[in-house]
Amino acid sequence: MLEKIIGVKYWVLIGTALLLSACANTGAVKNTPTEPVAAQPKQEPVVAEPAEPVVAEPMMEDTGTQASLDAAASDSLVHFAYDRYDLSADARAKLKEQADWLQAHSDVRVTVEGHCDERGTREYNLALGDRRANSVKNYLVALGVDPARIRTISYGKERPLVTGTGEAVWAQNRRGYTRVN
Amino acid sequence: MELHVRLSKFIRLSVAAMLAAMLSFVATANARIVVDINRGHADPLPIAITNLAGKESDIVSGGSVSEYGKRIAQVVKADLTRSGLFRMVDTAAFIKSGNGQVSLLNPAFNNWKAIGAQALMNGSISVEEDGRLKVEFRLWDILGAHQMTGLRYFTSPKNWRRIAHLIADAIYKRLTGESGYFDTRIVYISESGPATHKIKRLAIMDQDGYNHVFLTNGKNLVLTPRFSPTAQEITYLSYFNDNPRVYLYNIDSGKQEILGDFPGMTFAPRFSPDGNKVIMSQAYKGNSDIYVMELSTRKITRLTKNTAIDTSPSYSPDSRYITFNSDRGGSQQIYVMEANGKNIKRISFGKGRYGTPVWSPRGDLIAFTRQYKGKFYIGVMRPDGSGERLLSESYLDEGPTWSPNGRVIMFFRQQPYDRKGHGGETQLWTVDLTGYNERQIITPLEASDPAWSPLIR
Repeated sequence: MLEKIIGVKYWVLIGTALLLSACANTGAVKNTPTEPVAAQPKQEPVVAEPAEPVVAEPMMEDTGTQASLDAAASDSLVHFAYDRYDLSADARAKLKEQADWLQAHSDVRVTVEGHCDERGTREYNLALGDRRANSVKNYLVALGVDPARIRTISYGKERPLVTGTGEAVWAQNRRGYTRVN
Repeated sequence: MELHVRLSKFIRLSVAAMLAAMLSFVATANARIVVDINRGHADPLPIAITNLAGKESDIVSGGSVSEYGKRIAQVVKADLTRSGLFRMVDTAAFIKSGNGQVSLLNPAFNNWKAIGAQALMNGSISVEEDGRLKVEFRLWDILGAHQMTGLRYFTSPKNWRRIAHLIADAIYKRLTGESGYFDTRIVYISESGPATHKIKRLAIMDQDGYNHVFLTNGKNLVLTPRFSPTAQEITYLSYFNDNPRVYLYNIDSGKQEILGDFPGMTFAPRFSPDGNKVIMSQAYKGNSDIYVMELSTRKITRLTKNTAIDTSPSYSPDSRYITFNSDRGGSQQIYVMEANGKNIKRISFGKGRYGTPVWSPRGDLIAFTRQYKGKFYIGVMRPDGSGERLLSESYLDEGPTWSPNGRVIMFFRQQPYDRKGHGGETQLWTVDLTGYNERQIITPLEASDPAWSPLIR
């Protein structure tokens, strides 16, 4: 029984180490050809040392994630009318869900992205996207979220959610999206 | 008269152009043939461009001088044809009907006349002891039987395309009375990948699409590049570090630097006509206004203060006025103000929305993008808002930029998507101020946000 518990503890440690190294590696260039490795000289015999005690603690599920916000608040999205940045009743209801979630996850910071459809000129849409992102931020702040936790950015018409032609498509692209940092 | 041209790390040359010394008839000012630039689509001038005569046996890097003579003539022809003002007369027809002996200094005017040419370019090419090409050309008035202009250039063989563009500019100028625009470059945004995750790169090329170079690697979203008046620098918007800000790019050194330390997004940059300032917008807490930065001191002055969107500013060529678009009247429209931000006046009053105003280098017109009933148009109007004319129309035409002589407008055109969400290709196009001669500029990938350089000096 004791052995089994210790075994579990080691697996937790190994798993954590793998996770850490995976994180550390994400910035590395992929597809780098493997360099040839020279054969190691004959290894010294390993001297076994007495095992140090390992302490394991239970971990709660991390709920401060994008997936969690998406699930709690309608995919973290709100939508806007053409060339508008005011919030509809529907958008306000969704932002209430976001605000509640943010209150429950007070250590999480977010970036609110403002997006536009393609039926406008590029620079005007950058300004309009900034208005939309700030509409979302201001409403979240009015609902009690600390403004220091919310950054805004406009992508104008540069990052449509869907491609296509017609109002149904454009309406999906006129959006504010709350991104967990 | 020796001109030293510093272009970029890609292209360096010194062009020595000798005008008139070898000519005796240049002073004959009143040419009998004139191209009416305002109705160029109706009667393109028939002109014969012969290959520059050179020896097959003189070999330089890249081929024989004879081969270079043909290439240069081809580029001159392509430039003049694209302008829509000229029609190429088949020179092979003349050679066959003639006796085979071509005299460069004494063209057989009657023979050229017989096949319909009203103007003729001929010339020669040879190699100097230092390896440079020596290129000479003469432009002849066939009906008047005299020389209209002639120039001589020296350059390294790898710069042969510039010589061709300089010749085309000289011909254009002599026959239209206005400066050409062929020895110029385009900076633009090269696009690739799906529309939802477009990869955008700064790219630069000659006006005809050749000598294409990517300036950024596509890692950061970049938008709206514009040339400085020397064509040595570019100001543009980059999302470096997910922070959209205005940057300066030095073409010579490849060095990039952020312009200013603004708390909010800066965008829509454009140089002042003297190159000493960059005008741009800052979006801060949901409000976009126009600012100007003195480049030498980095001093920033705010020009508009209004809760509306104020963006896409562009100076008049005399620097006294600024045109921009604003929705302060309820929808996006074009305004003109004094350079200090005073006396703001709306100038667009047609139906729909008006944006991206760009002042013509001649000062007499402002080009714009208009949206009306689901279509986008490129058009021009006078700075007081009168005389509006629409030059192009499509699902999405946007972002006009002027040729340095104010005769041609380049813009980008996006195709609509099909039902499956495919399509949406974006390409560069030009249209004449007359509204005729619409042509696509071929680029390696998709293309948007073009900016035309001044004439290279």
